Amino acid sequence: MRLRLVPDNTNINFFGYAKVTFGGSVVLLVASLVVYLFMGLNFGIDFKGGTTIRTDSTAAVDVAAYRASVTPLGLGDVTITEVFDPTFADDQHVAMVRIQAQEGQESVTSETIAKIEAALQAVDPSITFPSVESVGPKVSGELIQKAVLAVTGAIAAIVIYIWLRFEWQFALGAVVALVHDVGLTIGLFSLLQIKFDLAIIAALLTIVGYSINDTVVVFDRARENLIKYKVMPLIDVLNHSANETLSRTLMTSGTTLIALIALLVLGGDVIRGFVFAITWGIIVGTYSSIYIAKNVVLMLGVKRDWSKEKKPTGNQFMDIDA
Amino acid sequence: MLHISPFRQVLIVLTCMVGLALAVPNLFYDRVEHHNDAVASIDNGLSNEALEADAALWPSFLPSGLVNLGLDLRGGAHLLAEVQVADVYAATMESMWPDVRDVLAAKREDVGFVTREESEPDVLKVRISKPEGAAQALELVRGLARPVASITGAGASNIVVSAEGPVLTITLSEAEKAATDERTLQQALEIIRRRIDAAGTREPSIQRQGADRILIQVPGAKSAQELKGWIGATAQLTFQPVVSRTSDPDVVVAATSEVLPSLDDPGAYYVLEKTPVVTGEELVDAQPSFDQNGRPAVNFRFNPTGARKFGDYTAENIGAPFAIVLDDEVISAPTIQSHIPGGSGIITGSFTVEESTNLAVLLRAGALPAELVFLEERTIGPELGQDSIDAGQLAALVGMAAVVVFMILSYGLFGLFATIALGINVGLIFGALSLIGATLTLPGIAGIVLTIGMAVDANVLVYERIREELKTAKGPARAIELGYERALSAILDANITTLITAVILWVVGSGPVRGFATTLGLGILTSVFTAIFVTRLLIVWWFQRRRPKTIEV
Repeated sequence: MRLRLVPDNTNINFFGYAKVTFGGSVVLLVASLVVYLFMGLNFGIDFKGGTTIRTDSTAAVDVAAYRASVTPLGLGDVTITEVFDPTFADDQHVAMVRIQAQEGQESVTSETIAKIEAALQAVDPSITFPSVESVGPKVSGELIQKAVLAVTGAIAAIVIYIWLRFEWQFALGAVVALVHDVGLTIGLFSLLQIKFDLAIIAALLTIVGYSINDTVVVFDRARENLIKYKVMPLIDVLNHSANETLSRTLMTSGTTLIALIALLVLGGDVIRGFVFAITWGIIVGTYSSIYIAKNVVLMLGVKRDWSKEKKPTGNQFMDIDA
Repeated sequence: MLHISPFRQVLIVLTCMVGLALAVPNLFYDRVEHHNDAVASIDNGLSNEALEADAALWPSFLPSGLVNLGLDLRGGAHLLAEVQVADVYAATMESMWPDVRDVLAAKREDVGFVTREESEPDVLKVRISKPEGAAQALELVRGLARPVASITGAGASNIVVSAEGPVLTITLSEAEKAATDERTLQQALEIIRRRIDAAGTREPSIQRQGADRILIQVPGAKSAQELKGWIGATAQLTFQPVVSRTSDPDVVVAATSEVLPSLDDPGAYYVLEKTPVVTGEELVDAQPSFDQNGRPAVNFRFNPTGARKFGDYTAENIGAPFAIVLDDEVISAPTIQSHIPGGSGIITGSFTVEESTNLAVLLRAGALPAELVFLEERTIGPELGQDSIDAGQLAALVGMAAVVVFMILSYGLFGLFATIALGINVGLIFGALSLIGATLTLPGIAGIVLTIGMAVDANVLVYERIREELKTAKGPARAIELGYERALSAILDANITTLITAVILWVVGSGPVRGFATTLGLGILTSVFTAIFVTRLLIVWWFQRRRPKTIEV
């Protein structure tokens, strides 16, 4: 007896609830934009400049005491957050201290870091500093540019590839799906105020890669079926293709999600944001290749005269091949 | 029929075996690392029992390439420095002033007296007292121009001279600036490399980034501060004529002079001529030694041009004091006793033996040609890295086990084939990483875990297709064949698009992100290889042996 995520020969009408699914996505995308505009992203030092110091101590983290010790140094905006993780030992207490970029200097000076470390050590003698990272405003500005360039560049390259391999309608469908996935991910990060840094950009690109992977498999089948069933209405061809590939879609998403969830739970807090973004992206990406990309293709319609024949006439059996 | 030519079979099996063999050293990471270090030392001519024992830890006929661990996994320090190339322009203008003065002074009757005006550091402004001689002065100074010493700037001249009334303005040409930038950066790279090598760390990575940046990554460095200490000890050595000695640091001096503190005599200051007689760049050797009185000192030697300048100056200024200046502090200001023709001399001062040794090392390593501004610095402690490795390993194993169970439940025997291929796939990724000497980072581990999830995709595509083909019933062999054939276009399209994103990530990203792109990209290549060739080979072997009438996928 085999595990079947999807029964054989499904015939789900994926366009049946287009108003809810596609409409819902449009609403969510707009909501993401609104959230982004009002709340902004919680940029990490990669994009905003500044310094983060990770502290590790056997004593419990006292955020107020930490803050009180650092405030007199006059370093401007200081954020202190405690970090929790199932992989920590029982007496391991970790916090992240973040300091804004300092006026008139690029990366923070050795003296400043020494002062902060001394101040924190005065509060908690057992404290250690497993990592100190500092990025100057100059580099962080460039990193933002590069990140935007990377995401748009990746989307553009993929669209061109799909356009070459399929019809332009498919390329447009794919790009709408990608914008949907990236948009919703940014919206979620904005809503939850999760730290947005370079690793998240890598995650966004992974989402783009994964989502397109899924979309292409459906498109590939649709292309095959468009040739196979020459007179079947486009909506049925697309539905049929999605049904045929549904079990593969869920199977692959399933295995990928299993691996990612293991990483999300066990992989440690350093990459949790990154893994969270990818996990979320896989779910959204799978959804978008079923419910978004195809809808766009359907709206645009596809020219179907590959064989350069005139429009097929009434006999619906004439062109079906084995 | 279901068939793969024997030649292809051999090729597939060989590829897997070579790939896996390359991955094997990573299972014995510490042992192989010790072996490699020992072998490197022995190749450098060192040899002792401990090294021989370390070298014997790993048989030399086996591959010994390892995956480099990134800073986020191994711990270490990362610095991004910007070289202030404009500093060098100022130094160049400074050294040009004596030449300009001399060439104009030779024609004093036409141009009058020459004085230097205050100006921006990369501009030399000179006033002559007879404005009517400006045209001639312009000619004379232009005569000092040299062709730019670089391939791209060939034919261009190194300075641009203009006159405005009695004031001549001399600046460096764009071609000269470009050539200077290039030279400055090369020098800075070389000096940083030497200083870090002198500290004796393993595998430091020092790379140029863009026009004026240097990325320094040193695994094992305790902190970015420590690293900065190694690099930042600039040791700018100059020998400058002394104008006078004073105790007032704010004494007013001519534009051509500067006031510097004495190192060994607090409160004492020297007024020095800004233009050095010789600089540390012309120094070829420096060794710790002792002076006649047995006090620690440093012996130094100049290159021929430095030696000539030093010789001429000492010959002309016997009895006058001159200052040895290190990093804007006067180490000592001895009086010139005699003409020193050979270009070698001795620096004495109140040093300890340790200080004189350090000074000699600093002098030997050369001065950084320009200041460094640190744009980015990261320190990762080794424990944090080890925690990340452990967490990543556990996650990868759990993820893999779950995927295996899921695949076998879904596809039975074919699922088993896919998981064997998955194991080979992970091995091949490590083999490829070791082969190209790539760096594994924490996001890189995430990339491998992601690949474990996605690698089965190509197999799933094929298996689902075989299921479909089985329904149209042409016998299992034909179904398998068609399954592979018809799934191929989807597999290729899907993976090429993902590969495109991996390539873009690699090009645009740096550090950890690039590490992720590397494993993701390699993972795509190996997973397509294992899905199309390895599982197929396994299925063909099984099929030829069993010849089943029906199959269940």
